[in-house]
Amino acid sequence: MLGFEFPQINSLLRWKDFFTSFNKIGLIAVLAAVIGSVVFLLAGRKDPQVAPTGVRNLAETSIEFIENGIVMETMGKDGLGWTPFLLSIFIFVYLCNVPGIIPILYMPATARIAIPMFLSLLVWVIYNGVGIKHQGVGGYLKSTLFPPGVPKALYILVTPIEFISNIIVRPFSLTVRLFANMLAGHILLVTFALLSQAMFQATTHKIALVPMGILPFFMLLFITAFEVLVAFLQAYIFTILTAVYIGGAAHPEH
Amino acid sequence: MEAFAHLAAATGLTGAEQKTANAAIGAGFAYGLAAIGPGIGIGYLVGKSVEAMARQPEAAGMVRTTMFLGIAFTEALALIGFVVFILIGL
Repeated sequence: MLGFEFPQINSLLRWKDFFTSFNKIGLIAVLAAVIGSVVFLLAGRKDPQVAPTGVRNLAETSIEFIENGIVMETMGKDGLGWTPFLLSIFIFVYLCNVPGIIPILYMPATARIAIPMFLSLLVWVIYNGVGIKHQGVGGYLKSTLFPPGVPKALYILVTPIEFISNIIVRPFSLTVRLFANMLAGHILLVTFALLSQAMFQATTHKIALVPMGILPFFMLLFITAFEVLVAFLQAYIFTILTAVYIGGAAHPEH
Repeated sequence: MEAFAHLAAATGLTGAEQKTANAAIGAGFAYGLAAIGPGIGIGYLVGKSVEAMARQPEAAGMVRTTMFLGIAFTEALALIGFVVFILIGL
């Protein structure tokens, strides 16, 4: 009746190259990196003695948010040295997520698996490196693979589980969480946009379908507002998990 | 296989079409089933967190952080289901 056909998933996610191997995803990622750096460099040039205004206000708020909301909650005072790293991850992931709802761009760069996967591999290298640096190779393996307080015989069962969950599943779930959330949001937006377009331009049953097209359109508006929240929340969750992993590797529970 | 051949003959679909149809059904089930557990889990988790925040508003910040962490871990299963849905369904 409606003749509504959902497009192939590739047509939603694959973009034409501007030039060799540089498409919209690459452009968004580069923009995210450049905008993030420029905002913080501009903020850094302002006079710290006067009350903060404009970009400096933004920069100070986000730094405070990372320090109080993420570092102090998960790593404590010792982790404050990690603030710059976590702040860069947060800003980059957020600026990669947000184009999912910005007109013209309309594509979260993190909805392709490359960027989340690279970030999680980076996090994986860092938290393993931090663990080895703080506890030595043997100590790190001992504290991750042989958690204290477990009866000796159970280590046959616990050690493989700990190995899989700490070394293999962590980067995988970090990747999939960010990637699948942004992809799901993108597909939802496309679904309701196409649905409202199909209903507004219906050729049959016009009297019923054209006014009813307002319903998917409202849903589209609602999901756009929801995506604002999701973009922030996913960046926050990615950062806080990074902080938890690094904190856990640096100071294992005794 | 015999049964599939009979089914295909009965519905008038070729083997490849039948396979696509089965994949579509399987994809729907994959996502639906994967969403049940995390749905219950997140509901329970957030409910308990709200309870804790209402009882001790001064601990709200800590509870909220832990809640988001818990949601992140719980949600991962549903998202893996979603990825499987896309892999086999589209």
